[in-house]
Amino acid sequence: MTVLKSLLKAAAWTGLAAALTATSLAVHADVGTGQQLYPLFTYRTGPYAPSFIPFGAGNLDYIRYVNEVEGGVDGVKILVQECETAYTIERGIECYERYKNGYKGALTSSIFPHSSGLDVALTDKARIDKVPVVSPGGGQNIATDGRVFPYLYPLVFDYWSEAQIVVDYVAKQVGGHDKLKGVKIATLYHDSGYGRDTIEPLGILAKKYGFEDIQIPVPHPGEQQQAQWQQIKRAGAEWVFLRGWGVMTPVAIKTAARVGFPANRIIGDIWSGSEDDARPAGDAAKGYLAVSVFPPGTQFPVLESLKKKILDVGKSDLKDKSKFGTVYYNYGVIEAIIFIESLRVGHKKFGNRPLNTEEGRWALENLNIDEKRLNELGAKGLISPLRTSFDNHKGDSIAAKIIQWDGKKWDNRSDWITADSTLFASLIRAKAAAYAKEKGITPRDKAD
Amino acid sequence: MSAIPPTWGTLPQGSATSPRRVLTWSNAVALALLITLLIGVPTLASDYWISSILIPVLVMGVAGLGLNLLMGYTGLVSLGSAAFMSIGAFSAYNLLLRVPFLPLPLVLLVSGLITAVAGVLFGLPALRVKGFYLGASTLGAQFFFEWLFTNFHWFSNDSQSLTISAPRLELLGWTIQSASDRYLFVLLVSALLIGLAYAVIRSRLGREWMAIRDMDTAASVIGIHVAPRVLQSYAVSSFILGVAGSLWAFGYLGTADAHAFNLDKSFQILFIVLIGGSATVWGNFLGAGFIVFTPILLNRLVEFSQLGFLGDQGALANLEHLIFGALIIWLLIKEPDGLSSLLRRLIPHPRSAPVPEALVS
Repeated sequence: MTVLKSLLKAAAWTGLAAALTATSLAVHADVGTGQQLYPLFTYRTGPYAPSFIPFGAGNLDYIRYVNEVEGGVDGVKILVQECETAYTIERGIECYERYKNGYKGALTSSIFPHSSGLDVALTDKARIDKVPVVSPGGGQNIATDGRVFPYLYPLVFDYWSEAQIVVDYVAKQVGGHDKLKGVKIATLYHDSGYGRDTIEPLGILAKKYGFEDIQIPVPHPGEQQQAQWQQIKRAGAEWVFLRGWGVMTPVAIKTAARVGFPANRIIGDIWSGSEDDARPAGDAAKGYLAVSVFPPGTQFPVLESLKKKILDVGKSDLKDKSKFGTVYYNYGVIEAIIFIESLRVGHKKFGNRPLNTEEGRWALENLNIDEKRLNELGAKGLISPLRTSFDNHKGDSIAAKIIQWDGKKWDNRSDWITADSTLFASLIRAKAAAYAKEKGITPRDKAD
Repeated sequence: MSAIPPTWGTLPQGSATSPRRVLTWSNAVALALLITLLIGVPTLASDYWISSILIPVLVMGVAGLGLNLLMGYTGLVSLGSAAFMSIGAFSAYNLLLRVPFLPLPLVLLVSGLITAVAGVLFGLPALRVKGFYLGASTLGAQFFFEWLFTNFHWFSNDSQSLTISAPRLELLGWTIQSASDRYLFVLLVSALLIGLAYAVIRSRLGREWMAIRDMDTAASVIGIHVAPRVLQSYAVSSFILGVAGSLWAFGYLGTADAHAFNLDKSFQILFIVLIGGSATVWGNFLGAGFIVFTPILLNRLVEFSQLGFLGDQGALANLEHLIFGALIIWLLIKEPDGLSSLLRRLIPHPRSAPVPEALVS
């Protein structure tokens, strides 16, 4: 009897599970036909959710604006499909596999993994599947060489250029590059692959300009930095380049104040330069500087349109309206603009229809968002001009602004500072060539 | 149990020509399953199923198997399973890189052996401490190796991002690259490891482990050398975990860093053993299936059920975690012996089924 009962019960459960699996995995009607898929990799849960929430909102709000106010991109509607990764690589790979071939008839043109770790993990898969993987501000610098990495797009920014921009800014403050000789610049970095990335370029720059390069690691998560800041004081550093992540940044600013290091001599990295990095440090952060590729502010025409047509009519994804115009929100808007602009480039060549991955790749390596286009978009000052080519997947001019925290919000301290792209180009190409050799890849020699 | 004695282990008296039967009912099922997995799956399943569900389930199942030998069969606690996986992955990477002439099977074997040595070292405290205290010492392994592989850059060949990425994987001229290639490779290695586990469990060694698990004092009284057996258990368990680590890094993720093998992963493996069933072989794969597939299934259910109107996406994403957690608790209450016992009740155990006279001989 009990056996029969448990058998029946089990059969019922199996049936239910099968039904659930079937409904969840069956291909429904092709509701996506004629639309362009925008797979949005989210991390609304997990430790990094607080930075995703405004970032995702900026992204979604701009797409919504394009769909509902502008009637799509050249008439092509964007279908957004969210996929939660919780910032883990395993779930990210699942999301990639889920959406790399499109969804319900909507085509995928490119994937934005929203995680540097996932970007690295997708390197081989992207090449084999021929799916463009785009990481604005967070890609692998080596992948700038599009001849070796046809499917990786580390657009907009890299940490080597950041090191250059910081040194250029310091040079300007001390009165020119020739005055850098003997200046002590300490780099306080998060001890991880991300943090260590600037050791090599700063070494080269120190040799070139004669400043003294002091490298000090902070172990993750960086809640204790007394020893490091004592070391900075003892070494007599005049400037600190703070390459923090998460809690490390506010702790650094507070500890600096405690040991008497002025905040306006600390230049934060792009991931140390959001409102949530400076605000928790309280008064100690007043005057704190940061590099910014995703400038905060609501005065850009595109943000004003978003406010009027999306935010004020209750269509925004933002629950906390005070996050509008913050660094992470604007980062989301910028990423969405880049995605939409890549589609426009593709439409000019292939016609006004959804693009597939191969067409998406072509579009991404023929981007040309110049000053004129930025004006039309209402994004002048929000994005620096971006032009890519088959052998340059980052953009030919990498620029950032320096912003300063006034205790409540960020103010611009400089216009775009452009990094000298020729300085490291050959070194990065050599690294890419070594990678090609290790993996047995034949680099492309011309655009296709 | 039925009145008929179990057929395994009973060698027919006086007959040298007919040893233990090879084609039992369960072996036939296993063979059929293997053939399906080998030929059916790569032709029928899509890349999505292979890359994001089947491969991780297999690898995590193997990892669960590794821990289960230690936990389920010898009765020792470990919270450092992921650390042993990372040792395997980093050893395999360095062997592939620095000893390029070494063929892939040998690389896996050697990296497994290196992990076994580490396992024995970190198993030494098991000779003196038990239970929770032992858990703490294996937790030490977890933190030590994550620190080691992050701070000594030689292990990742001074890679700037500290990640290890597989050089081209080749097996007798077969380049393992596409999803189905990687799947077949993982399946093959898993099958070998399952075979190894069975061989060990059914040997004298396995029976002595179980005696130690059931009562170590009694085991030593009947003449079992507890200390070497315990260390051997650590060695075999770590060997399997080490190979699983290589598979995870190169067969599944493609790249990995030390943080891919963090404490979360150790707990995941622990849950696989608890959910799959302690002291089982196949249960680990059921447990792995549950741990890997359920969150994805929940996510897709939410996606297809159009629940978006209920709340914002963030709340839904958190809801999935809640449901998953509730499911685990429910399962542990309903099936304290794991999914494998559920399965055992549903499918009559082949060994207790009547066997035709002719076959018993």
